[in-house]
Amino acid sequence: MKRLLFTTTAAALVAGAAHAEGELNIFNWGNYTSPELIAKFEEMYDVKVTITDYDSNTTALTKIEAGGHGFDIVVPTHSYVPIYIEKGLLMETRPDQMENFANMDPNWVDVDWDPGRHYTVPWQWGSTGIAVNTTAYSGDINTSAIFLDPPAELQGQINVVPEMSDIMAMAVYYVGGTDGCTADMDILRAARDVLVAAKPSWLSMDYGTTDKLSSGEWVASVNWNGSTFRARLANPDVQYGYPVEGYPLWMDSVGVLADATNVENAKLFQNFIMDPENAAMISAFARYSNGIAGSDAFMPADMQTAPEINPPAELAAAGRFSPACPKEVQDIHTAIWTELQK
Amino acid sequence: MAERKRRRFSITALPGFSTLAIVTFLVLYVPIVTMVVYSFNASMSVAVWGGFSLEWYVYAWNNTLVQEATVRSVIIAVCASGIATTVATMAALGTTRRGRYKGQTIIYLLINQPLMVPEIVTAVALLIVFASIKVATGYTGLAYLIIAHSAFCIPFAYLPIRARLEGMDLTLEIASADLYASPWRAFRRVTLPLLAPGIAAGAMLAFVISLDDVIITEFVKSAGQDTLPTYMLGQLRRAVTPEVNAISTALLVLTVLLLTLFYLLTRRRD
Amino acid sequence: MSMDMDRKRARDGWLLSAPALVLLILAASGPLLIVVIYAFLTPGEYSGIVWDFSLKAWFQVLFERDIFDQTVSFADAHLTIFWRSVRLSLVTTLLTFVFGFPTAWFIATRPPNQRAMWLFLITIPFWTNLLIRTFAIMEVIRLDGILNNALMGIGLLSEPLRIMYTDTAVLIGMTYVYLPLMVLPLFAAIDRLDFRLVEAGYDLYATRWQVLRRIILPIIKPGIIAGSILVFVPSLGAYVTPRLLGGGKKMMIGNFIELQFGAGRNWPLGSALSLILLLIVGIALIFYVRASTRSDANG
Repeated sequence: MKRLLFTTTAAALVAGAAHAEGELNIFNWGNYTSPELIAKFEEMYDVKVTITDYDSNTTALTKIEAGGHGFDIVVPTHSYVPIYIEKGLLMETRPDQMENFANMDPNWVDVDWDPGRHYTVPWQWGSTGIAVNTTAYSGDINTSAIFLDPPAELQGQINVVPEMSDIMAMAVYYVGGTDGCTADMDILRAARDVLVAAKPSWLSMDYGTTDKLSSGEWVASVNWNGSTFRARLANPDVQYGYPVEGYPLWMDSVGVLADATNVENAKLFQNFIMDPENAAMISAFARYSNGIAGSDAFMPADMQTAPEINPPAELAAAGRFSPACPKEVQDIHTAIWTELQK
Repeated sequence: MAERKRRRFSITALPGFSTLAIVTFLVLYVPIVTMVVYSFNASMSVAVWGGFSLEWYVYAWNNTLVQEATVRSVIIAVCASGIATTVATMAALGTTRRGRYKGQTIIYLLINQPLMVPEIVTAVALLIVFASIKVATGYTGLAYLIIAHSAFCIPFAYLPIRARLEGMDLTLEIASADLYASPWRAFRRVTLPLLAPGIAAGAMLAFVISLDDVIITEFVKSAGQDTLPTYMLGQLRRAVTPEVNAISTALLVLTVLLLTLFYLLTRRRD
Repeated sequence: MSMDMDRKRARDGWLLSAPALVLLILAASGPLLIVVIYAFLTPGEYSGIVWDFSLKAWFQVLFERDIFDQTVSFADAHLTIFWRSVRLSLVTTLLTFVFGFPTAWFIATRPPNQRAMWLFLITIPFWTNLLIRTFAIMEVIRLDGILNNALMGIGLLSEPLRIMYTDTAVLIGMTYVYLPLMVLPLFAAIDRLDFRLVEAGYDLYATRWQVLRRIILPIIKPGIIAGSILVFVPSLGAYVTPRLLGGGKKMMIGNFIELQFGAGRNWPLGSALSLILLLIVGIALIFYVRASTRSDANG
């Protein structure tokens, strides 16, 4: 009886996958892809899209490098894009020559990780900052001191997301460095000292920030802007701070894999998401900005004014993009990280 | 001896055991009940109660991604636990109650090896090997996941079966051999029924272990092969939506219904 | 026994184990050889390895070069992490036994036609995915969770207990997660217990404690050992529970090795660490199997 049920369901699954003209396999972060966007693309081009999730850049890169994965599109963070390009894992699809490229915000064309946009199209971008429940602390929240030198009210109630590169960069900025991948030993030593000294006042190093911030389990956390936005919608006391000392920016970017089997559909998808209306669907789902000019007009009203999406002018310049650090610096980061979590 | 006066003495009873057992059963179900309750939560979050709603059932019903992942998890677990239990039963018969022979320790270590390294290590090793097979053969189906799951489920099936076999009473088997039963007949009619509780325990463990696996699956899966655990792992960094509570509750209800049906059917036959 | 019998016994043993061994060599132990090779190579710049022989990973397992003054010292961070894992795994094993033994006993002493139902009742919670169960446990033990509200509701507590993100939370979670791995082998062993032996013990005026210690425990020992291996060994490498319930502030071996294969980008070190873990557990198991086959042959 049970087996019968499973086989019929399995058969239904197989049958369901077969009807569309073409196929497209997207490998993306979990809970990050708007279902409406995919439905629209499927209908427009008669393509069956399959989404598969990953949870970290390293897992995605490891799997892609090993080969035989069957994916056409991957969405790495900007810092990983040059690694993909250098290893020959991305196809030069020339988004800059695509029809919808005219919509690209000029700020995002000549980026360090893909100058002139020969490989990738922006998916979403955002910042890693500080979220604070303002009922617990009413002081200035635009500073990394919230978690690196916490005020008394927040002691023992702070969460730090376990993102090694982001946290290391924030500590480096906090002690006066400007390059997240600095090899300057004095700065790295100061960064380590400040982290080790701050750790006893942290409650946890965990994800799931949106939930625990809105439920009040944590009163402060290092957090991403879009996640804080979603937490604030559930609990208006949660506010987002942009550390004046400096904070990491990131951009997840859509690239076509060198061993993709559905290249034409993948290119269609790159072009498709540069349409402002479609880009707005991406943002409306995950609550981060995209890189397409004119998409604001199609976004939900609450996003156009959200302080998490629109940083105050005086703090916007403190946001910085970092590349993936070179091996020597990475080893130091890992050593500090191990010391921090031992 | 005072106890003997108070109530009828039971040789199967040990003081406090039943109480502790019932408490354990209740505690086991507290999180499950919590999950069921929160599947009816109206709020977007898994942590804040926002009133009763069927919203997440509707959401899960419309989300083919999460449904396919759930069905895929169950298919893999059924296949893998079946395979693992079969080969583990044979291996248990081959390594227990035979006295010592050359290589026994090696067999034992190989069988238990999947327990001994953290999953991530097996996952990376399997990724490298399976990826090259995928490239060479062009086949990227579910078989890789089923084979990988079968392999790491073997010790979980093997150990309970072995525990059952060790010191099991041999006299019945010898008696049946004396009565000229063929070895296969003796096995099927005598050993297997005696072994059944061990096999059932092993199969259940293997099934549960396969159903829960995250990391090996994450590394071995090809395009479109998310299981419920890897689907959730992907969500972990951002926000886990209560639709997974809804789909798990649905799965739970389905399981309980099937088991009750099975129970009623077999009882009537008795 | 004759040589022929010995040879036949070994042949049958190998033949019966062959399907399991083929599967394991194909999809578990065989691929692990790659890890053995990786442990002697150099980490790649961004992921993986480069094919240059190096013993650095083995050096790094035991020693650390101070990042700043370059002095070499014993890697006490690794030892701390290793010791925490062993300690938490031991306590977990003990706790699963304390709760698992009575539970298994209870199931095995039900009337035969009810046992299957009780067995299913113990496993059904585990058909729900591990992550969902872990989230549900969080719901119970968090600051504003069910447990705290209940305890404060009946006036036992005046202030909520902070359980989340402590070792207690990790132990609660691991005991919960690994309980069936103890109960099921114990059940399989208790179920074949011949209660005539227990009866004979009572007839000879043994106390309950004596019966438990002298008759019951020796007979179900294989089940206890199987359960302990199934709980202790995997919990050494546990990853999800310590990360979610422990709040990720303190690593266990599983998390530490994962770090090397993930953000740490040091596959050779991760490989070397896991081989050492494999070696330690392997040696412990060899001792066990030697001891158990000896008693098997004698008994």
